[in-house]
Amino acid sequence: MSLKTILKVEDLTKYFVVGRSLFNSGEVVKAVDGVSFSLMQGETLSLVGESGCGKSTTGRLVLRLIPPTRGTVIYQGQDIAKLPADKMRKLRSDMQIIFQDPWSSLNPRMTVKEIIGEGLRRQPELSRAQRKKMVLEMMETVGLRPEHYDRHPHEFSGGQRQRLGVARALIMRPKLVVADEPLSALDVSVQAQVVNLLARLKRDLGLSYLFISHDLAIVEHISDRIAVMYLGKLMELASKRQLFAQPRHPYTQALFSAAPTTEVGREKNRIILSGDVPSPLNPPKGCRFHTRCPLAQEDCGQLEPEFKLLAPGHWVACHHPLND
Amino acid sequence: MFWKKFLHNPIGMIGVVVITLNILMAAFAPVLATHNPLTINVAQQSEEPSAQHWFGTDEFGRDIYSRVIYGSRISLYISLFSVLVATFLGVAIGATSGYYGGWMDNLIMRVMDAIMSFPAILLAIGILAVLGPNLSNVVLALGIVYTPRFARIVRGSVLSLKEKEFVEASKAIGNGDAYIIFRHILPNCTAPLIVQATASLAYAILAESMLSFLGLGAPPPAPSWGNILSDARNFMMDNAMMTVFPGLAITLAVLGFNLVGDALRDVLDPRLK
Repeated sequence: MSLKTILKVEDLTKYFVVGRSLFNSGEVVKAVDGVSFSLMQGETLSLVGESGCGKSTTGRLVLRLIPPTRGTVIYQGQDIAKLPADKMRKLRSDMQIIFQDPWSSLNPRMTVKEIIGEGLRRQPELSRAQRKKMVLEMMETVGLRPEHYDRHPHEFSGGQRQRLGVARALIMRPKLVVADEPLSALDVSVQAQVVNLLARLKRDLGLSYLFISHDLAIVEHISDRIAVMYLGKLMELASKRQLFAQPRHPYTQALFSAAPTTEVGREKNRIILSGDVPSPLNPPKGCRFHTRCPLAQEDCGQLEPEFKLLAPGHWVACHHPLND
Repeated sequence: MFWKKFLHNPIGMIGVVVITLNILMAAFAPVLATHNPLTINVAQQSEEPSAQHWFGTDEFGRDIYSRVIYGSRISLYISLFSVLVATFLGVAIGATSGYYGGWMDNLIMRVMDAIMSFPAILLAIGILAVLGPNLSNVVLALGIVYTPRFARIVRGSVLSLKEKEFVEASKAIGNGDAYIIFRHILPNCTAPLIVQATASLAYAILAESMLSFLGLGAPPPAPSWGNILSDARNFMMDNAMMTVFPGLAITLAVLGFNLVGDALRDVLDPRLK
């Protein structure tokens, strides 16, 4: 793996204002709050966390599908958060997204040919025959048969639809792909197919993935590095090996202990967190996790911990990291 | 799928038959009419229906049957074009408002609410009073009156569609707003639009009749169902049959569009699938 940084995200922040009306200034949801990480070329970085922790929002911010409130997204040396719209459109083909729900991510009125070929529309130098050839090649790459060319999305199964979504993204020849829980709507057997497809495509096309997921088994299978997110902030970021062998943040430990394992006889010490995830409308002061942290001490509720390097490549945001 | 369902809906089929007959009537008016609808015959004023004048004659001795046949042209013309105007304006306004959102959306929709708060006929009369009564102004006035309904429906659909992931995917590919609206959003809001359009056709026929009845519709002597009825009103005590036929024509046409509208709603409503 080369160590060239393809994407560098710094202090990325998105606040949504909800409930604003004429007489009410509304409340602020801190969906993503100061997230920083970088992605190497050819790497898969997984973003894990519970529902509503802001991981999907982070994915959309990285692609500038929604504008950030603050922060920078540097893609190959350019800050795309501040790029003018016309320049951004030229960069768009470089970064693509695969969505979670294969039912709402395909326009029901378009055929396979139109869905996959949509991205080629902005390349007028291609002839009709070339376009068709590219679409058919891409269909073969993702495992769709040529006779599917003129069909509509409703004629496909969930797994096939997800392949369609993958094909639509990859025909753009992207360098960076944000995969927003691409497997969570699929059956387990189909998940395996799509995971292997994604892994193969990454190898063949030299892609970098920002892989958003809450399924730790898949994350362990596919990632190079893993970032753990809680309530809009990164809690821990490390290589897969480091993180699974020795999680340093209590939240990571709790999260991993909750994942089912297939190993027989491996006794697990499950850490049951009490209470619910606090609302991002009014996140707790200090460390966001302190209200549920089994190891919280007094200072955790006062001071927000910095996201700092504990060991080479191992970032943690905790005042009292484990195994310290 | 859609056609199969629709063809199995007996009520909708009755509506389709009624509308088709209406359209044929308008198209073949010169063939179907037995007299010139404008020819005045002083010798045969206000006659009861007879073999020669099937629906009788009016106070100028004009053949009511022929006038009703020709009247379908104006009624259909006005309802069709006013609904087209309303659909066009409503789609443009609703799509822009819903897609871009923000204060513009608020402003536009409040204006639409304001238009809707007037009774339809009153507003149409007001607009016609300003523009002056003629055929194209009636189309325009009714078009404006019915625009808010379309704008609301389109805006509602756009609001939910623009959050769909296929719209985000299109954005990620680098497509612009106009392409996304025309390619991804509008094709997916046709179902409610079709239903609204059919229902509005019925309203528009009724509204045109009312305007003509009040003397603001098609200028006489051209026959429209509304002004035939309006003329007949003065002679209701002497010759009640004069009011029956134009009234019946209006009722049938409105019924036809309403039946088709209801059937389309049943067929197109995804919750019933």
